[in-house]
Amino acid sequence: MLVACEQAADDGSQPFASQYTPLPSDAVILRGATVLTGTGERLDNADVHMADGKIVAVGEALSADGATVVDAAGKWVTPGVIDVHSHLGVYASPGTESHSDGNEITAPVTAQVWAEHSVWPHDPGFTTALAGGVTALQILPGSANLMGGRGVTLKNVPGRNVMEMKFPGAPHGFKMACGENPKRVYGGRGQAPGTRMGNVAGYRQAWIEAAAYRDKLDAAAAGKGEAPTRDLKLETLVGVLNGEILVHNHCYRGDEMSIMLEIAKEFGYTIAAFHHAVEAYKIGDLLAENDTCAAMWADWWGFKMEAYDGIRENAAIVDKAGACSIIHSDSSVGIQRLNQETAKVMGAAARVGIDIAPEHAIQWITKNAAKSLGIDDVTGTLEAGKMADVVMWNGNPFSVYTRAEHVYIDGALAYDRNDPSVNPVTDFTLGTAAAAGGAQ
Amino acid sequence: MNVVTRISTLAALLFAGIAAAQTTAITGATVHTAGPQGTIENATIVIRDGRIVAIGSNMRAPAAADVIDASGKVITPGLFTPAGYIGLVEVGFSAGPLDQVQRGDRFAASFDVADAFNPRSTLIGVNRIEGVTRALVIPTASSPDEGGWTSHVISGLGAVANLSGDADSIDRRAAVMVVSLGENGVSLAGNSRVSPLLVLRGALDEARDYRDNADDYERSAASDYHLSIDDLIAMQGVLSGDIPLFVHVDRASDIDALIDLTTEYGVRAIVNGGVEAWMVADRLAAADIPVVLAPETNLPGNFDRINATNANVARLVAAGVRVAFADSRDQTHNARNITQSAGNAIVAGISFDDALRAITLTPAEMYGVADRTGSIELGKEADIVIWPGDPFELTNYPEQVFIKGKAVEMVSRQTLLRDRYLDTETDTPPAYRD
Repeated sequence: MLVACEQAADDGSQPFASQYTPLPSDAVILRGATVLTGTGERLDNADVHMADGKIVAVGEALSADGATVVDAAGKWVTPGVIDVHSHLGVYASPGTESHSDGNEITAPVTAQVWAEHSVWPHDPGFTTALAGGVTALQILPGSANLMGGRGVTLKNVPGRNVMEMKFPGAPHGFKMACGENPKRVYGGRGQAPGTRMGNVAGYRQAWIEAAAYRDKLDAAAAGKGEAPTRDLKLETLVGVLNGEILVHNHCYRGDEMSIMLEIAKEFGYTIAAFHHAVEAYKIGDLLAENDTCAAMWADWWGFKMEAYDGIRENAAIVDKAGACSIIHSDSSVGIQRLNQETAKVMGAAARVGIDIAPEHAIQWITKNAAKSLGIDDVTGTLEAGKMADVVMWNGNPFSVYTRAEHVYIDGALAYDRNDPSVNPVTDFTLGTAAAAGGAQ
Repeated sequence: MNVVTRISTLAALLFAGIAAAQTTAITGATVHTAGPQGTIENATIVIRDGRIVAIGSNMRAPAAADVIDASGKVITPGLFTPAGYIGLVEVGFSAGPLDQVQRGDRFAASFDVADAFNPRSTLIGVNRIEGVTRALVIPTASSPDEGGWTSHVISGLGAVANLSGDADSIDRRAAVMVVSLGENGVSLAGNSRVSPLLVLRGALDEARDYRDNADDYERSAASDYHLSIDDLIAMQGVLSGDIPLFVHVDRASDIDALIDLTTEYGVRAIVNGGVEAWMVADRLAAADIPVVLAPETNLPGNFDRINATNANVARLVAAGVRVAFADSRDQTHNARNITQSAGNAIVAGISFDDALRAITLTPAEMYGVADRTGSIELGKEADIVIWPGDPFELTNYPEQVFIKGKAVEMVSRQTLLRDRYLDTETDTPPAYRD
């Protein structure tokens, strides 16, 4: 089952390593499309050539070279959509109590848990997300805890277990949460943290322990003293401090994000992305300075106090400030239409004179998302040599009437809107109406 | 003169209070009336005293009218969000009371949210500048509070409100009686979906008995009702057919049971949710029971929704069931997203006109206010939205909204926040900016 992967981490020496094998594929040329490359470019009447799971070339009038030619006239082609914030598999459909596996609400710091150990591969939400053009996604623990555990990046392919879905070579994410959730959950039990200041004390205390553990490990490696007993919690935190695990920090308010950036400086780690970040538009300059992405909804607001200042232009204003904007879903419904969520921001921004062209906007759900997950060297754009994670849309992806027609993952056709035989159906869905209609 | 400027000027006049009895003509647009006139090209709409007094193609505007040139624009009726809590909640979680939540042993059917409606809510500005002009606001059941107060299978009375922000924003009280069946009702009434049905039947039986024996009740000869006198009185409108039951229900078998109940008691009903409604579409059509649904719901969120499919909406419409659309995630703060639902419903297989009706005229009909709103027709109140193009395209936002003939100021708390932070170069601290 195990295939050779570029990344050492997937050589089988580590438990739970990726066992992903791409679906079989033929060489394909999508011919004559409007191509948004994800690098900021738009090519009209252009071809995308895929072979052996990789992008071979993008350009005009490419030689077929034996590849199957797909007439893509009138179609738009983009990199596969990437969602950096999903709970598919850990809060699976149906959302019964028995499927509630996303929040280890037993202590405010549970850095020892890994979301991948909760992922149920038969969640029908994976296949409906695929129909929305999603080729990769990060599954995160919930936000009840200050430090909720490791996230995992998946290829959006059906697998018998999570290892068969794991994105080869992708670093782990690490879920942290600001604000209302941790203080409500634990404060409500008369336990720390019960306030935002309690939250901050909790993060700092954990990093102090992690730094001490790291120092012992380093000393032991240098032959000075004994290695400490292996500790899953501290191992994860040290992975963050060493830059091997990327922080994805649930945080709504601008002032709280600013404090989290201070904590990161204090302990010498970086924050890959703030998630939800409904007030990111208030601190776009800080995000740009720190090279921290903001992963946002288009328009969620008001459902709690820390979301009260949400505005539709958030992602556009962050982008204008030179920071990295991402549109995320945090929803089994929203993940099916990240292109539509992006379109709402584009329209709102245009009203106030911020022109976000389609070739730019597409980066919010492809390239920038890949960057925050640490996989932008292998996916997220249509560039020669990258994984052929590609969507062919039946029109402009930012129109409400457009749908993904073909979704390719590593060059293999994983979803075809017009061919039921290329419409994966999860085990759970068998025998229901959805099975009869495929992912649609 | 460009249209946007022209509209702003008109709005300024109206806000100055000058134009209370003014005649306004909107000319040149493509108007989707959602009414019998269908779509009118190059239309003129004449508004006087808040009502539509003339509408037609290539019609000259009255000489005295203030003319808005909407050439090249698209006009729809104001949008009608068919269920939610606008005006009843500011912030949903851990931030004070939720006026839609019904609990306590003293009331159920008589709980009337119209008394709590806040026309100054920030949600009103946010939603109306995106075209929402009317809303059904409803009570809801919730989990028991810390004091042990519980909710009931019958949540109480919903009302139709307009989003003018005026003090008298309630258009119709007692527009619906809210009920929870299926999984929603189980937690309120027992351990089985039988329980909420029995509670509803019991309430209808008692209301009937009270109706037929009110004198005995007054004489205290019959006083062993489970319902309070206020609740018995509130239920009379349900028995008479004036107030439809508004029933949270998804599973096809539960909808079947509801249809049977409406037949047995001769009451009207509206299905809210209806994820499996397509499986009983013919029965719903025959019983003239409309469905409020989120067209995008295609996942089995629970075992009541196991047959969720994107095809729900198209199958219902094909069977002749009237539908109205709600956003699948948030029908309150983001009620404005019903245009997205409409666009997605078109992809699922219904026509533009059916999609438009589902967010305008159909809810107005369902809630008994179609005589005054829901479509662009002679004599109706002028709820009008001017769009730069296709109203369902996500990149299009209204250029001007009118509620009851009055131009709405196109500002919300969110546009103020936006404008404050739009200039990313300034050194002026935010609190000193506009």
